[in-house]
Amino acid sequence: MTATDVPTSPVPTSPVPMSAAGNPIGFGRMLRKEDARFLRGKGNYLDDVNLPGMLHGAILRSPYAHARINSIDISAAQAHPKVRAVITGEVLATLNLAWMPTMSYDTQAVLATDKVRFQGQEVAFVVAEDRYSARDALELVEVDYEVLPAVVDATKALDADAPVIRTDKEGKTDNHIYDWETGDSAACDEVFNRPDVVVSKADILYPRSHPSPMETCGSVASMDPVTGKLTCWITSQAPHAHRTVYALVAGLPEHKIQVISPDIGGGFGNKVPVYPGYVCAVVGTIVTGKPVKWMEDRFENLATTGFARDYHMQGEIAATRDGKILALRTHTLADHGAFNATAQPTKFPAGFFSIFTGSYDLEAAYGKVTAVYTNKAPGGVAYACSFRITEAAYFVERMVDILAHDLQMDPAELRMKNLIRPEQFPYQTKTGWEYDSGDYLVTLQATLDAAGYKELRAEQVENRARYEQTGEGTLLGIGLSFFTEGVGAGPRKHMDILGLGMADGCELRIHPTGKAVIRLSVQTQGQGHETTFAQIVAHELGLPPEDVEVVHGDTDQTPFGLGTYGSRSTPVSGAAAAVVSRRVKEKARIVAAAALECSPSDLEWELGRWQVKGDPEKAKTIQEIALLAHSSLELPEGVEGHLDASAVYNPPNLTYPYGAYLCVVDVDPGTGAVKVRRFIATDDCGPRINPMIVEGQIHGGLAEGIGMALMQVIAFDENGNCLGGSFMDYLLPTSLECPSWELEATVTPSPHHPLGCKGVGESATVGSPAAVVNAVMDALAPLGVRHADMPLTPAQVWLAIQGRPARTDLAFT
Amino acid sequence: MQTPAPFEYERATSVDNALALLERHGPEARVVAGGHSLLPMMKLRLAGPEVLIDINDLADLDYIRVDGDDIAIGAMTRHAALLSSPVLAEHYPIFRDAERVIADPVVRNRGTFGGSVCQADPSEDLSAVTSALGATMVIRSTEGVRTVSAREFHTGPYETVVGPAEILVEIRVPIRPACGSAYEKVDRRAGDWAVAAGGCFLTLDTGGTVTDVGIGLTAVGAPHFCAPEAEAALRGHPISDEAIVAAAAKAAAATNPATDQRGPADYKRHLAGELTKRALRRALVRARGEGA
Ligand SMILES: Cc1cc2nc3c(=O)[nH]c(=O)nc-3n(C[C@H](O)[C@H](O)[C@H](O)COP(=O)(O)OP(=O)(O)OC[C@H]3O[C@@H](n4cnc5c(N)ncnc54)[C@H](O)[C@@H]3O)c2cc1C
Repeated sequence: MTATDVPTSPVPTSPVPMSAAGNPIGFGRMLRKEDARFLRGKGNYLDDVNLPGMLHGAILRSPYAHARINSIDISAAQAHPKVRAVITGEVLATLNLAWMPTMSYDTQAVLATDKVRFQGQEVAFVVAEDRYSARDALELVEVDYEVLPAVVDATKALDADAPVIRTDKEGKTDNHIYDWETGDSAACDEVFNRPDVVVSKADILYPRSHPSPMETCGSVASMDPVTGKLTCWITSQAPHAHRTVYALVAGLPEHKIQVISPDIGGGFGNKVPVYPGYVCAVVGTIVTGKPVKWMEDRFENLATTGFARDYHMQGEIAATRDGKILALRTHTLADHGAFNATAQPTKFPAGFFSIFTGSYDLEAAYGKVTAVYTNKAPGGVAYACSFRITEAAYFVERMVDILAHDLQMDPAELRMKNLIRPEQFPYQTKTGWEYDSGDYLVTLQATLDAAGYKELRAEQVENRARYEQTGEGTLLGIGLSFFTEGVGAGPRKHMDILGLGMADGCELRIHPTGKAVIRLSVQTQGQGHETTFAQIVAHELGLPPEDVEVVHGDTDQTPFGLGTYGSRSTPVSGAAAAVVSRRVKEKARIVAAAALECSPSDLEWELGRWQVKGDPEKAKTIQEIALLAHSSLELPEGVEGHLDASAVYNPPNLTYPYGAYLCVVDVDPGTGAVKVRRFIATDDCGPRINPMIVEGQIHGGLAEGIGMALMQVIAFDENGNCLGGSFMDYLLPTSLECPSWELEATVTPSPHHPLGCKGVGESATVGSPAAVVNAVMDALAPLGVRHADMPLTPAQVWLAIQGRPARTDLAFT
Repeated sequence: MQTPAPFEYERATSVDNALALLERHGPEARVVAGGHSLLPMMKLRLAGPEVLIDINDLADLDYIRVDGDDIAIGAMTRHAALLSSPVLAEHYPIFRDAERVIADPVVRNRGTFGGSVCQADPSEDLSAVTSALGATMVIRSTEGVRTVSAREFHTGPYETVVGPAEILVEIRVPIRPACGSAYEKVDRRAGDWAVAAGGCFLTLDTGGTVTDVGIGLTAVGAPHFCAPEAEAALRGHPISDEAIVAAAAKAAAATNPATDQRGPADYKRHLAGELTKRALRRALVRARGEGA
């Protein structure tokens, strides 16, 4: 089933009717259905799962970034009175489980056998009667390490004398993972070699950050020795994918594995991979015959699980002297850490980074990504990045601003001049994407108007004059960012993860009394699926959203699908929900026709009921039809009773949400401190199912953008020690760093999505860092600053003013 | 969840009882006040006391009052009380300035004055405040009471003169007429520890000469959290912006910051000067009664 088979029902322009409970029967603002339990402390998170007889696991981790393991002595730990099992890589090797496949067709050590390759790597797993004893016993495990030099600086990973990290891979003599190209190198050369072009160059680092969900990762694994059924509660954004991977890794039959993803306290991509701790918990339950819980602490989460970014992007942008951008190219160095464990569609090893041409109409583009191993934790695709569109959007939006700086052109004017025009859609980019729809100029103008752009620039002229005179006070900066994302992975033809196509199933059943249950393959981590998906059914069938129960997160209860990340839930599963609702609606029509003793073609749909054309008094509501469908009513030949349907949605293309962001900052050059004064965000994600939820997603993403731009980084010292392993070192923004967000919207429906909707979960995270950085660079321009890398901490801003911005991925020197 | 190593727990009923418990359990026992420094260290297993002696019931150590020529502050006074105290706001707004930027409301509701200075973290804000104000620290043991000047209280990072069987009970600050005080801090985010911070007080005679001055600095490796050279440059001289700028430069020069992820040493030294300058300017405005 693809969207093209499905007639789109336009978003109603007339007011949406309200249910008895005061909720919109369709799209509109309503409080989140799930919030009642969260606000009353009745959520059920992983650590709330407690089973009778449950044991607790803890992981011994490497203190070194790179070291040979000479020996591991577990005898003292085993002798601890409350310890039930001590599992090492050697034990796992006998089960063929010491290594596991990653989502990028690499392998990753579950528990290290030969070497440790990053600080915090898993070395042993202790199972004890309580969590305190498990932790105490870790101190009793004696590991004899022989410390090796570590590869910390990605730019040196390919040096001839760099230590080889992956000695486990036969014949491996360097730290190279892959080279990947996109676009047309020769076409770019031709443009860049033209005599009259202006070329701006910059080295732009998107340093390593971490999604740091409030709830860390964990799992409770329980093997029933009688039935052989393994039940795993996992902090998973993709329960079905996890189950399949478990079946493949552990060789367990897939129908004997149930993965339950309970309430998830934030994911942001951190909860997509399969982590060694999950596998250890499974081994723990098999070995002990008891349920085993493993729950990370904060250090473990920050220092060892899926980080984000770590892209060193060399960029060149070519334009005419009057500001027509012609071409963009990059050579990017990707630091993947010790194992290539990024999760993205197989054919896209650098994720969707090739969307780096952004929102501009170019003549040529070329990108090359070289990925390397370093002695750091694995990961890279996370933190609401839309498969590395964060990196791409940041790159192009910095390059455009640097070009504006070099051309001494207003950055808004430069963008206006180069944005793709509405008549160019669907737009084919030079790196192979087909943008489905957009009206970019209108959206940028909406942001400029809302911000009062002219007035801000006038204020800046005065501000700069005053600063020049007095040398005191703050400098005003104004930063723009215009981003385009491609989300909703994805068409099965192009997109799979570990061979699993990225289509999503959905099942809808209407009970006899007209109440409904919809079963999803995607898994909410705070996005409000229980509300949004009920509203989709409400919109299609006229059922009050409170009458629609949304079931998700349990592989025994829901159809197969790849889960929630990359802003894919509404583009893929939302479409599936619409399709399945329409199937139910068609079935309802047959039942209504049978009851009204007319032909189905005599009926027309009016929200919530089928009625006879020209005689709307003769009608059956969807609730009446539900009962009839389960009754003794005689149905036409071949029509089975009941009112339900299922669907698998295979998206024909990605959806392309976009937005124009503007950030206003005040920078104190005396201290380097940055204060975000205002942030204006116009997002176009097509129709908004629940505008309140959409705004919530945007608020969170903007806060994340401020975090990344101003304070968040996982840096490493020269020995490979992680310098961001606690919330004292890795800073999350608070409400005090966030201005009162000013949100605007434009609505350009996706032509191929049944509801016209585009994803929005990551838009603000993707689009906002560049706006903040551009604003700070704009503020500092009178002091001769052109570029400095994130995070723009007070120290980094001061160093930039001194003309020596730091490499933020390394320790300050 | 981070889990501490096993420990025993005693709840003290009075200062005498706490001191007796400390003596009984010996040097592996530690008092716990707000717990906002000690408990994280225990959970990270950087500290592993065998016995915790909880002094949170000692309400008689929780007060801020005028006592003769001094303001006397009990060691169990919470950050939140220091922040909202009218007595301190009247005499020493440096406390309010500093408390507004120490940690967050959750920590401030629980963390104590005594715990802060006894923790002796090299970035502790209140250590700079007590040092700037020339406070007197009142320490008790079963032997009796002794006092130590704030500038002799800290003996190194995470080290103070308080012995294993002693408790800090009170901090005393002399009330000074015609006094202005202020605190300035740069952090990477609200609630973060200082990249650098500093505070000061100054008193003026009617002719505008500095009669007394104290400058405290934290997170920049200033010995005893103070800047005596900068103070000497101001004390007894007419106040002026040039004098402030020159004194700030002296304060910066005497620091010895460590490079870490909050910033390189030269930046922190720059901040020591910049923040001293700003704090002195603000204190001057306040000393002249020209603003809050
Ligand atoms: C998230 C966070 C952010 C923070 N930010 C800042 C900041 O920006 N600036 C800042 O200055 N501080 C900051 N702190 C520290 C905070 O101020 C603590 O409250 C304070 O350092 C310790 O006070 P406490 O009462 O909690 O002491 P505890 O943790 O209970 O004790 C600390 C130490 O002092 C000893 N001790 C306590 N009371 C006494 C006493 N009366 N006599 C003898 N010894 C005693 C204890 O034995 C222990 O060794 C922060 C803390 C946290 C958790």
